[in-house]
Amino acid sequence: MMWAAILVTGVGAYLLKLAGLSIPASVLERPLVHRVTDLMPVALLAALVAVQVFGSGTSLTLDARAAGLAVAVVALLLRAPFIVVVFVAALTAAVLRQLA
Amino acid sequence: MSPPPSHRRIIRDGIAVGVATGAYGISFGAISVAAGLTVLQTCALSLVVFTGASQFALVGVVAAGGAPFSGALTGLLLGTRNTLYGLRLAPLLAWSGWRRAAAAQILIDESTAMSVTRETTEEARVGFLSTGLAVFALWNLATLGGAVAGEALGDPRTYGLDAAVGAAFLALLWPRLHDRRNQVTAVLAVALALALVPVTAAGVPVLAAAFVALGVGIATAQRQDPTEIPDRGDLPSGGEHG
Repeated sequence: MMWAAILVTGVGAYLLKLAGLSIPASVLERPLVHRVTDLMPVALLAALVAVQVFGSGTSLTLDARAAGLAVAVVALLLRAPFIVVVFVAALTAAVLRQLA
Repeated sequence: MSPPPSHRRIIRDGIAVGVATGAYGISFGAISVAAGLTVLQTCALSLVVFTGASQFALVGVVAAGGAPFSGALTGLLLGTRNTLYGLRLAPLLAWSGWRRAAAAQILIDESTAMSVTRETTEEARVGFLSTGLAVFALWNLATLGGAVAGEALGDPRTYGLDAAVGAAFLALLWPRLHDRRNQVTAVLAVALALALVPVTAAGVPVLAAAFVALGVGIATAQRQDPTEIPDRGDLPSGGEHG
C-alpha cells in the first residue's frame, strides 16, 4: 500500500512538473487557477500543522508537541534556519517528556 | 573551455542552495522513518517524488494515522505549484524533447527561484541545472543519512520527532504568511481541519483544507499577480525545498 502510494505520488508529481513545461501557457493562465494554486500550499500546510500538533487519533490534545510548536514560532520570528526550527521543536518536546 | 565568470557565479550560488537544502533533507529522512516508512521507502520518495513539501505531506498524513493514499493525494495537491513554475520557465529555458522531459524532474522551488530572474536563456539554464542538480544530489544523500540515523534512534517520541513534523510544516508555511489573503486561508484551514479531526478518518481533515483554498480563491477578487514565483529573497535561510 505504501509502495503504491509512493509510486502514485512520484508519477503524479513528475507529470505536474512536466505539464508546466509542456502545456501552452494560455491553457492554464487564468486568474482563478493561479489564485487557487497559490493558496493550495498555504491551506494544506496550515492544516498539516494543526493536525500534526493537536491531533491524536480522532481526538484533539494539548501536549509536548504544542510546546515544541510554540518554540518553533519563536525560532521563526528570530529568522532561524529551517534545521534549527525543527531541532528546537523536537528538543523542547523531548525535554518536556523527560521531565514529565 | 571554462565557463565565463558570470556562469561560475551562478553555479556557485546553485551549489550553495543545494548545501542549505541538504540540511533540510536530513530532517525529512529522520521524520519519514519516524512515521513508519522504511529507509528504502524514504529514499524512494526523495528520488521519485523530489519535491519536499509533498514528501513531508505524505509522511505527515501517514504519521497521523491516515491512509497512504490520503497522503499521496495531499502531496499531489501540494505539487500543483510546480506546474505554475513550469509555465513561467518554459519560454525562458526553451527546452524540448528529452531535455525538457529530464528537466521536469528537477523543476522545484529552488531551481525556479535561481533561474526565473535570468535575462538570457543560457544563464537561466545554467542557474536551473546547477541548482536543480545540486539540490537533487544533496537532498537524496541527506535523506539517506537522516533515515539511517532516525532508524538508529529508536522510539521517535523520546527525541520529540513527532513535534518536529509540525515545526517543519510551519517553517514551510511561514514565508507565505506575509499576505493577508494567505493568513485568512491559513486560519480557515486550521479551523476546518481541527473541526474535522474528531469526526472523520485520519487524512481527511488535511484534504478538506483544499476546499478552503478553492473557496478563498473563488471568493477573493483578483489583485496582484498571484503566481508567486519565489525569488531568492523568499527562500528561507535553511532552504525551503518544495
